[in-house]
Amino acid sequence: MKKTYQIEVDCANCANKMEAAANKTQGVKEAVVNFMTQKMVVEFGEGQDPAAVMKTVRKNCKKVDDDFEIFL
Amino acid sequence: MTRKQKKTLRRILISAGLMVLLAFLPVTGWLRFGLYLIPYLIIGHDILRKAALGVKNRQVFDENFLMAVATLGAIALGLAGDGDYTEAIAVMLFYQIGELFQSYAVGRSRKNISQLMDIRPDYANIETAEGLEQVDPEEVAVGTVIVIRPGEKVPIDGLVVEGSSSLDTAALTGESLPRDVAPGQAVISGCINLTGLLKIQTTKAFEESTVAKILDLVENASSRKSRSEQFISRFARVYTPVVCYAALALALLPPLTLLVLGANPNWGEWVYRALTFLVISCPCALVVSIPLSFFGGIGGASSAGILVKGSNYLEALAKTEVVVLDKTGTLTRGTFQVTAIHPEGLTQDRLLEYAALAESGSSHPISRSLRSAWGRDLDRSRVTEIREHSGRGITALVDGIPVAVGNQKLMEEQGVSCTPCTQAGTLVYLAMDGVYGGCIVISDLVKPQAREAISALARAGVRRTVMLTGDSEAAAQTVAETLGIREVRSQLLPGDKVSQVEAILAETAGKVAFVGDGINDAPVLSRADIGIAMGALGSDAAIEAADVVLMDDDPRKVAQAIRIARKCMAIVYQNILFAIGVKGICLILGALGLANMWLAIFADVGVMVLAVLNAVRALFVKNL
Repeated sequence: MKKTYQIEVDCANCANKMEAAANKTQGVKEAVVNFMTQKMVVEFGEGQDPAAVMKTVRKNCKKVDDDFEIFL
Repeated sequence: MTRKQKKTLRRILISAGLMVLLAFLPVTGWLRFGLYLIPYLIIGHDILRKAALGVKNRQVFDENFLMAVATLGAIALGLAGDGDYTEAIAVMLFYQIGELFQSYAVGRSRKNISQLMDIRPDYANIETAEGLEQVDPEEVAVGTVIVIRPGEKVPIDGLVVEGSSSLDTAALTGESLPRDVAPGQAVISGCINLTGLLKIQTTKAFEESTVAKILDLVENASSRKSRSEQFISRFARVYTPVVCYAALALALLPPLTLLVLGANPNWGEWVYRALTFLVISCPCALVVSIPLSFFGGIGGASSAGILVKGSNYLEALAKTEVVVLDKTGTLTRGTFQVTAIHPEGLTQDRLLEYAALAESGSSHPISRSLRSAWGRDLDRSRVTEIREHSGRGITALVDGIPVAVGNQKLMEEQGVSCTPCTQAGTLVYLAMDGVYGGCIVISDLVKPQAREAISALARAGVRRTVMLTGDSEAAAQTVAETLGIREVRSQLLPGDKVSQVEAILAETAGKVAFVGDGINDAPVLSRADIGIAMGALGSDAAIEAADVVLMDDDPRKVAQAIRIARKCMAIVYQNILFAIGVKGICLILGALGLANMWLAIFADVGVMVLAVLNAVRALFVKNL
């Protein structure tokens, strides 16, 4: 399953870091951060609950840079 | 400017003002240190906090950490030595100015490009008892009649039920010539109604409409990252730690060596050089300008009616060496027309009339072109006993006389000897009452821009153009000669086209693009490196299958797409080389002690500003 989220990220390098952080999160099959459109496209693994996974994604991303925001 | 940007600007101004003020205060020692700490903290507190957070979360190597270490180091050097703290504050100040500029410039270009692609309709008008009511297009059910006034956007695909007008399709196709519509015709969402009031019965829901599909496609385009973008994010991941360790080595190794050699280790100087190193180490210019260039290129292309589904395809398009084109619908109009009539024993009119009558019941493209060539009303009651002979033609009784219309095989079956015609095209023979009556040549017309399109491809640097077609050798050769195409593969079945493209792929080092009209050639579109579908306005299949979608059916757009891609890639490479080059030079100068921190920060911010401005150039595609 694939879902798109609106995000707020300040710089392109931060966007790269968010992408790396999201990809390392358990339950995420693939995450792509699009700095230009300020969107994150997340593909979830088999049988994962998107809401729960995204909570962890948000936490992990905040760890990297707390200016980052995902609108869930 | 956003609130955040305004806040940063205020901090920059206050801190810069304080710095100027402090320069005139004759204080020394700890008091001086304390006073200078104020502007430093005003401008740098968020960086310090983020750096501390990064260390806590074991995400050490980022630009915040580098800036924190560099400026704190500079302050420590000032405290130990001459009491000069301005450098640390200035570095932080310039860093913040650079960040502010970046976020402002990027935000602006983001907005500009998004506006360019803004074809989203805001509302749809529905007729109610009280007059027109504006509703959200997403809420309009299929089959509803909506009203579009002059100047408004068509929100949903549909059929005109009342009124006639001309539509501006420029936002979709880049084509400035308006398109006329009348009742019964289909209209596509995203066009602007120019002259008259239109009533449209919707045939699709908003999400299924052309405009929604295009928006979705363009917005997601930059999510498919190109190899250059992947290279840059990998580079950034490696670059920062490498520079950090190099800085550490620079701070420790030379003084230690000097110490061993018994010379003056000169710690202050080497630490300063190492700190300069750290300032240069932020990969921001690269990381921001590359995706911005692609975003600009994709945005610019879409304003010319060329939709590129991802940065990776833009990159591939720039490397196109071979363009394979389908004939029908791509280079030719795809509609058949009667181009010659050769009667034998009948008048030209009669030959055409009888052929049209016999074929009056069929919906085959050949029959349709016969009927439209006849152009007058047909009395279908004159035709009886119509029999279709699959793959050969039709026999029927017209005015009670047996008529056979079809290819040579049908004539042979009917025992009619005909004069074989050598003209290229589809040949339709007619026999009346067992006697040969003549031959009608039907062929597909070449698009008026096709010849120019082929020469434009060569000018754009495409080395080889190949035309594929299912048509006969003769028909294919005629078209190829008119257009100046040397390589032709004819009489191909749809499956053969895939194997032809595969063969070309195998013998080509660069990229192979296939151009088709999206009908029947989806497998070929997806097999080629770049599948280009044209005339996509209203054809969902083409939008799905292709990597690059040309909104109208002008074949010249293929060359334009390649030129846009080449320009965009040139900008990307310029930025990569420029940013890495300048950083490299500054690192060397810094290590040799020839560059101070001021130069370093100017190099960093300056490179970024220039790279961003260069990236914005990708947006301008009008003259390509």
